[in-house]
Amino acid sequence: MTEAYAPPLVDISGPSPQALLRRRVLAHKGLMIGATVLVLIVLMAALAPLLAPHDPYAQELSRRLIPPIWHAKGTWAYPFGTDNLGRDYLSRVIYGARISLLIGFAVMVISGLIGAALGLAAGYFGGRVDMAVTFIITVRLAMPLILVALAVVAMVGGSLWIVILVLGLLKWDRFAVVMRAATQQVRSLDYVTAAQATGASTARIIVGEVLPNVLPHLIVVASVEAASAILLEAALSFLGLGVQPPLPSWGLMIAEAKTYMFFSFWLIAIPGTALAVLVLVINMVGDGIRDVSAPGGRG
Amino acid sequence: MLAYTIKRLGLAVLVALAVSALAFLALRASGDVAIALAGEGARAEDIENIRRAYGLDRPLLVQYLDWLGHMLRGDFGQSHYFKTDVLGLVLAKLPTTAILALLALGFALAISVPLGVIAAVYPNSAIDRLCLALAVLGQAMPNFFFALILIMVLAVWLHLLPVSGSETWSHFVMPTIALGYYVAPPFMRLVRAGMMEVLASDYIRTARAKGLSRASVIGKHALRNALVPVVALAAVQLGFLLGGSVVIETIFALDGAGYLAYQSITHMDVPVTQALVAMLSFIYVGLTLAADLANAWLDPRIRVG
Repeated sequence: MTEAYAPPLVDISGPSPQALLRRRVLAHKGLMIGATVLVLIVLMAALAPLLAPHDPYAQELSRRLIPPIWHAKGTWAYPFGTDNLGRDYLSRVIYGARISLLIGFAVMVISGLIGAALGLAAGYFGGRVDMAVTFIITVRLAMPLILVALAVVAMVGGSLWIVILVLGLLKWDRFAVVMRAATQQVRSLDYVTAAQATGASTARIIVGEVLPNVLPHLIVVASVEAASAILLEAALSFLGLGVQPPLPSWGLMIAEAKTYMFFSFWLIAIPGTALAVLVLVINMVGDGIRDVSAPGGRG
Repeated sequence: MLAYTIKRLGLAVLVALAVSALAFLALRASGDVAIALAGEGARAEDIENIRRAYGLDRPLLVQYLDWLGHMLRGDFGQSHYFKTDVLGLVLAKLPTTAILALLALGFALAISVPLGVIAAVYPNSAIDRLCLALAVLGQAMPNFFFALILIMVLAVWLHLLPVSGSETWSHFVMPTIALGYYVAPPFMRLVRAGMMEVLASDYIRTARAKGLSRASVIGKHALRNALVPVVALAAVQLGFLLGGSVVIETIFALDGAGYLAYQSITHMDVPVTQALVAMLSFIYVGLTLAADLANAWLDPRIRVG
């Protein structure tokens, strides 16, 4: 008798959430392509001393402005050619990845810490804390970002770390806005109320209950912010008010090549393309994470 | 509505005050204006004299209140580099930047609204995917790099447009594209999402059931509602475009407030920089205030809740 009512011998619990997530990640083409290229760029930056064929700072004035290999006069000794000071362009592009990645990562961490702390506090505590944080965010949004960053960097004197610090202190607004909204949503859910009822401390609830559940939002904003910090550094350096020579910042390389652009456009096209590719793959990874962490996908 | 207006206005004034104070402190804290004024190789006593002459030896708070008081009376001081009245200088350049920002906004809307509508009407189709790919590519392209490509293609190779300057309307074409394309993707995403939501709603089904033409349903009934959030985003993006014009105006030597900002920053002309930061943030505060009031007027739920 009992056998007639026995459940079929399949695992009705289905694949575990981790397995489902892994499946979604592997099935997302944009995420996989973006992540692969991003990992390659990170490896290129980490292994720059091994990969770069020449010293990126070594000047050789007798070898100025050699065209890249796809031009008729190109030579395999300098695949991307040389710049106006005779420095190997390929080596400078490879080392330049270090600067862009460092800027993106460091600005993301600094602005992420500030923005996430403000947003969490506003969303969790509400009331006056929320009012104060909202006011601070509004004030920050009203400041013209590029103008203030340019002016402060120019006054202090441009350097890699100054650029990182200034951008980190200015770019936390999106983190704060998104974290505030996400925390407000999570805060009213039952498991937070349950944790409060069991007497858990505020710090414990925020770290143990709220933070893990708003993390997907945080990661998506982090990718957007890293990409935008990389573009901003390039713009500042392009205007001569960011990273200073002889560092091989991609934005600075474009600025240095501007005088020669009518005759040697590759000097601008190569670092410009490098920037666009890096930002593109970071955005692809961010968009991908947003898609796979929200079941149902976009649309 | 009156109570909401007063509340919102008071907040705008507070924000403007806070921004002006922060911008003042940030600029003063990051460098010694007296050294910048005295120039390179100045003797210590010269710097000291300049410090006293310009009142830079007073406490920061006093200096700020002094600056604020003069500013409220329309006196932004004298430019160190251009040797003229700051307010006149800034007001002479602002119209160019305002025109550029509005043209760029118009350009962004002109490409993003039709593309967003098409993407929403045919979701997940080839054209939707193409629009999305364009948006992702557009946002990855550094705008100064894109500007240089435009110069090479349109001015140097095809001789269609002048490389730089601001004398005629043709000088505005490339700056408009270079500034505007970057804000198009967010508009496109917003229009697409808004249209998809509206198209799934009951009153659209009713309109279709009545036998209205497809063009009328999409253009008249759906688009109008999907465009409401676009207005708010447009106000925010216009503020961004005014600030972002620094890079683009400098590349094209377009003689507006952005180029003036670049010149004032490279020449350490702090009064001009300060005036520009203050004015741009006041314009932004004004724009968001206008957008909020417009939204509250359109949607009673905002002003009551």
